[in-house]
Amino acid sequence: MTEQMQSEQGQAVVDSAKADKTIIHVEAMNKWYGSFHVLKNLNLDVAQGERIVICGPSGSGKSTFIRCINRLEEHQQGKIVVDGVELTDDVRQIDSVRREVGMVFQHFNLFPHMTVLENCCVAPIWVRKTPRKEAEATAMEYLKRVKIPEQANKYPGQLSGGQQQRVAIARALCMKPKIMLFDEPTSALDPEMIKEVLDTMVELASSGMTMLCVTHEMGFAKTVADRVIFMDGGEIVESAPPHEFFDNPREPRTQQFLKQILHH
Amino acid sequence: MSESMAPPKRAFAPIRWMRENLFNTWYNVLLTVVVVYMIGTSVGPLLNWLFLDATFTGADPKDCIGDGACWLFINQRLNFFMYGFYPDAQQWRVDIMFLLLAVAFVPQFIERFPARRWLGIFGMTGLPIIGYILIPGGWFGLEEVQSHKWGGLMLTLILAYVGIIGSLPLGVILALGRRSEMPIIRGFCVIFIEVWRAVPLITVLFMASVMLPLFLPEGMNFEKLLRALIGITLWQSAYMAEVIRGGLQAIPRGQYEAASALGLGYWRKMRLIILPQALTLVIPGIVNTFIGLFMDTTLVLIIGLFDILGTVQSTITDPSWQNVATEGYVFVAFCFWVFCFGMSRYSQNLERKLDTGHKT
Repeated sequence: MTEQMQSEQGQAVVDSAKADKTIIHVEAMNKWYGSFHVLKNLNLDVAQGERIVICGPSGSGKSTFIRCINRLEEHQQGKIVVDGVELTDDVRQIDSVRREVGMVFQHFNLFPHMTVLENCCVAPIWVRKTPRKEAEATAMEYLKRVKIPEQANKYPGQLSGGQQQRVAIARALCMKPKIMLFDEPTSALDPEMIKEVLDTMVELASSGMTMLCVTHEMGFAKTVADRVIFMDGGEIVESAPPHEFFDNPREPRTQQFLKQILHH
Repeated sequence: MSESMAPPKRAFAPIRWMRENLFNTWYNVLLTVVVVYMIGTSVGPLLNWLFLDATFTGADPKDCIGDGACWLFINQRLNFFMYGFYPDAQQWRVDIMFLLLAVAFVPQFIERFPARRWLGIFGMTGLPIIGYILIPGGWFGLEEVQSHKWGGLMLTLILAYVGIIGSLPLGVILALGRRSEMPIIRGFCVIFIEVWRAVPLITVLFMASVMLPLFLPEGMNFEKLLRALIGITLWQSAYMAEVIRGGLQAIPRGQYEAASALGLGYWRKMRLIILPQALTLVIPGIVNTFIGLFMDTTLVLIIGLFDILGTVQSTITDPSWQNVATEGYVFVAFCFWVFCFGMSRYSQNLERKLDTGHKT
C-alpha cells in the first residue's frame, strides 16, 4: 500500500464528525493460509461510532479481515488493537475483545437446540454473569427492537431466514457490544427477506453503533456508511466516503468492480 | 385465492392391502403361503412349550413331568440367579438397590412423571454412592459381604451400570482431548483410545485379573471385581470416545465460531453449545455401545466372576436338575432382552424429546 493511501485513510478518520476516539486500530497486518498470502499489509483505523462497509470481489479477503478483528482467524504479522486491547495469543485478551465485539454471520449460526430467547441469553448469563431474569428482560427488549418478540419461545429452525438473521443480530446485541461485525449478513437470504434485515441494520446504525460490515448491498453502503473500503487480492485498494466512492472512484480496479456490480 | 383443501383420506382396507402387498405376484403368493405355514406350525408348539405344558410350581425336580418347559427350575433357583452367593440375611440391601434403580430409571419412560429429571440425576450420582455403601457393607454396622460372593443379575447390573456411568464422562473427555489443539493432550488421548480399542475385552479382563497383580507391588492388591470394573470402564470409554467424536465432528464450524464470537470460553462453549448438540446426534451410537457393554459383561465368567449367565450355567450342570439347559438360557436371554430393549426404547424416547427438528 502506498504512503499516499495511508494518509488518505487517516484523513478520512479526521474528517468523520465522530472521530474522537479510535476503537479499532489495525497496523501492517498480514495473514497467510499456508503459503497463500491472504491479507497483505492492511492498515485501518476505525473511530467510535463509525460505520464502515467493506466490499470487494469474492476471495478478496474481506471476510477473513473482519474475522481477524475478533480473532476467529489468527493474523501472523502486524498489530490489531480493539478497544485498547491488543489481540495476541493470550486467551484472556481474546476473550475480553470478544465480549465487546458482536458478530453476525452469513449463515446465522443460531444454536438450534435452544429457543430464540435462550440463544439471546446464553452469553449474557455465562459470560457477563447477568442474572437470568435481567438477561431475559434485555433479550426481550432487543427482540422487540428487531421486531420479533413473539418468536421468543420458538426454535431457530421454525423461523424464516430473515427472522433467524434478526435473532442473530439481537443475540449479538444482548452482550451490549461496542462494535458490531457483519459478515455478509444478507447473502444467504431470499430476496424478499433481505430488506427486513437491512432495515434492522439501518436502525442499528442510526443508534450510533460502531459497525464493520462486509456486504454486497451497495444501497446500504450509500445510505449508511461513513466510509466504504474496497478490497481486492488481500489489499485495501480504496477507502472513501460513499459519495466519492460511488461517484468518483479513483482506482481502476474499483471502477471495474463498480461497473460490474452496478450494471448487471 | 383458491380454498385450501384437506388432504385425501386413505381408507384402511385390509383386503385391498393384502391383495396389493401379499398376493400381487405369483412369487409373493408363494412366499406368503410358505411364511404363513411356518408361523402356523411353529407358534403353536412354542406357546405350548413356553406356557401351556410348562410347569411353574412345585417342590423339587421330580414335579417337572409335562412336555413343556420346567420353569420350576428358574423358580427354585431364582435366589441364586439374582444374588449369587450373597448371604440370604443381607439380601435386603441388594433389594433396596434394585428398587432404587427402578425408581430412578423407570420414570424416565413416563413423559409427565414429576421430578423425572431429578430422579435421573439421582440415578447417575446418588445411586452409585448409596450402592458403594450398601452392597459391600463393612461400615455403619453393615456386615461386610466380600465381592467374591456377589453374583447373578446383581453382578451383571453392577458391571454394566458402573461401566456405563464411568465410560460416558471419560469418553466425553477423551473425545474432546482427541480434538484438542494441544499436542500433548491430543497425543495422550489418541494413544489411550487406540490402545484400548485394539484389545479385545477378554484380554483386558485377563490382564486385569491375572497380569496386573504381578506388576503391582506386594500388599497393594485390590479385589478382582474392582480390577474388572476398572478394565471394563477404560475399555468402554475408548469406544465411547470414538462415538462421541463422531458427534463432535458433525457439528458445523459455524456453531463453534458463533459461540466463540459471543465470548464463551472453551469449557462453556463445549458444555452449553457443542456437547448438547453432539451428544443428541449420537444417542443411537451411545446406546448401541451401552447395549454392547451390557452383553459383554458376560465375559467376566472367564475370570471367575459369576454374572447371571455364569450362575445359570453353573446350575444347569447340577445333577439334581436334568435337561433344564434350554429353560436356563431362555431365562438369561429374556433378562438381557428386557434391559437392552428398555435402553433402546429409552434412547428413542430421548431422541424424540431432544429433537428440535431442525438442523442449522
